Amino acid sequence: MLRTKHLKFQYDASGEFTVDDLSLSPGDELLILGKSGSGKTTILNILAGLLPPDRGEVFIDGVSIYKLKGAEMDKFRGKNIGIVFQKPHLLKPLSVEENIRLAHYFVGEGDSNKVDVLLEELDMSAKKMAKVATLSEGEAQRIAIARALANRPKIILADEPTASLDDENAQAVIELLKTQSKKLKAVLIIVTHDQRVKEHIANRIYMGGMI
Amino acid sequence: MNMLLLSWKYLVSKPLNTALNILLLALGLSIFTVLLLVQDQFENKMTKDAQGIDLVVGAKGSPLQLILSSIYHIDFPTGNIPLEEAERVSKNRLIENVIPLGLGDNFEGFRIVGTNHDYLELYQANFREGAAWRFPFEVVLGYEVAQKLQLKTGDTFVGSHGIGSSSHKHEEHPYKVTGILEKKGTIIDHLIMTSMESVWYTHDEEHDHTKLEKQVASSGFPEAEGERDITSLLVQYRNPMAAVQLPRFINSRSSLQAASPAFEITRLFELLGVGISFAQGLALVIIIIAGLSIFIALFNSLKERRYDLAIMRTIGASKGKVFLHIILEGIILTFLGAILGMAIGHLFLYLLVVNNEQGSLAGFTANFFLMEELWIVVYAVVVGIVAALIPAWQAYNTNISEQLTK
Repeated sequence: MLRTKHLKFQYDASGEFTVDDLSLSPGDELLILGKSGSGKTTILNILAGLLPPDRGEVFIDGVSIYKLKGAEMDKFRGKNIGIVFQKPHLLKPLSVEENIRLAHYFVGEGDSNKVDVLLEELDMSAKKMAKVATLSEGEAQRIAIARALANRPKIILADEPTASLDDENAQAVIELLKTQSKKLKAVLIIVTHDQRVKEHIANRIYMGGMI
Repeated sequence: MNMLLLSWKYLVSKPLNTALNILLLALGLSIFTVLLLVQDQFENKMTKDAQGIDLVVGAKGSPLQLILSSIYHIDFPTGNIPLEEAERVSKNRLIENVIPLGLGDNFEGFRIVGTNHDYLELYQANFREGAAWRFPFEVVLGYEVAQKLQLKTGDTFVGSHGIGSSSHKHEEHPYKVTGILEKKGTIIDHLIMTSMESVWYTHDEEHDHTKLEKQVASSGFPEAEGERDITSLLVQYRNPMAAVQLPRFINSRSSLQAASPAFEITRLFELLGVGISFAQGLALVIIIIAGLSIFIALFNSLKERRYDLAIMRTIGASKGKVFLHIILEGIILTFLGAILGMAIGHLFLYLLVVNNEQGSLAGFTANFFLMEELWIVVYAVVVGIVAALIPAWQAYNTNISEQLTK
């Protein structure tokens, strides 16, 4: 499902990182740990198709993603990769429903009742028409996850998804990510330094040496 | 969800900014719209009303005033000329036909024109009801006059002296409506037409009832006992030679003045041209400011929106889509501005016309769409695209990973 080959990148002038080759199958989970500044967000960006590595290749479903060009790459990313950030970053002018529909629109999918099903699963149906500004932090993060999952991605990448949440919400978000990735048979990769996340996922790699 | 809706949502999320930009552009464009409508109708009307009139002969004074008063019935007449002299000039072999005019009276602000049936023919008037006058004090009403004053054939009214409303009334001689004309879209819609004799007899002191029962002249000059005056003559040339010789002949050999409508209208447009250029310049400045304002608004909003754009990219939007997203905002703003601008322009003209029914705007309409107005929309949208170009280009080049790690 997700494979990397000889990935190398320069994080800053201080040095070059080499990433051990990864090979993950559907349903696998992976935690990427490391101190801040260890380049763990950078590797996430590389895996997400947002930042070309200096060397090496990333294969998703057998496709070497950095060989895709322009709009093709964007569409591929929209279809196959769901990204969750530390902050929800919902688009404020749009409603909850529109935020999710936008993800459908950009990959060329028409309207369907998928939005309702998805919101149902995340227990957020009541907020369908809500304005983004009226959501609590925890709710917003769930909607952000819903948006990332909108196109049933094969890879789910989360960058410090719990960092700005309280214990209760952090717990809920982790569980949500785990159950949904299981359901979608997607690869789940979480980048974090949050202790609360570590207990949930056994498979892990460390960036910038052992902690 | 689609691109247009997405851009629209972003615009309405800043209602004040959006409204201000639309309004600013609309103001500039409304000036253009009014100018376009007025200029078009003005030129149209000017040419139409002067059709078939090669020369106007009247009392000495401003030639433009003579044209304005005798053809367009806007300005005051230059004065009167003796009938005798007018008749003498008319015998010139270069003249095909003359139509005498006697001006100076009005009813409720609508001018009463003493003339003959040739005048009706000149404007190809058709009767909606009734027929032309045959006896003194019978009148034919233009379409608008009948509409505004609610007059029918058979009705009578009393004219007043002067060409504005409400001066002293000629109560001894009521006019009787014998005919109402169809709408022609020319000056006659706004005139009350009668025989030359009616105008003369209105101002006579004594009352001679026998002459009131005599039929009036339907063409040429009416018969007159004693000295009579007329206001002006509308002249048709016999041949092109006349255009060269006749005006000079009249202006040098007689106490009369000859003015050419074509020449005077050109002169008038030149005079008005300065004002029009000024208004256009003003409109252009406003539009440029509106364009700048849209540019600044988009440019500023881009700073806050970089993250949103990066998010859009991560969920599958291509660079082109993001570019389009910003450009569409410029297009929506300016398109709405153009529509609003045209609406304001038409409304403004409508108000002008409604408040100026008998003046120089008489016969204008705001309920009327010019093909040139479509160009206003095109120009406006071009302004929008240009204003959005730089912000859109920046959006296009947003580095997603850099933006997201900020």
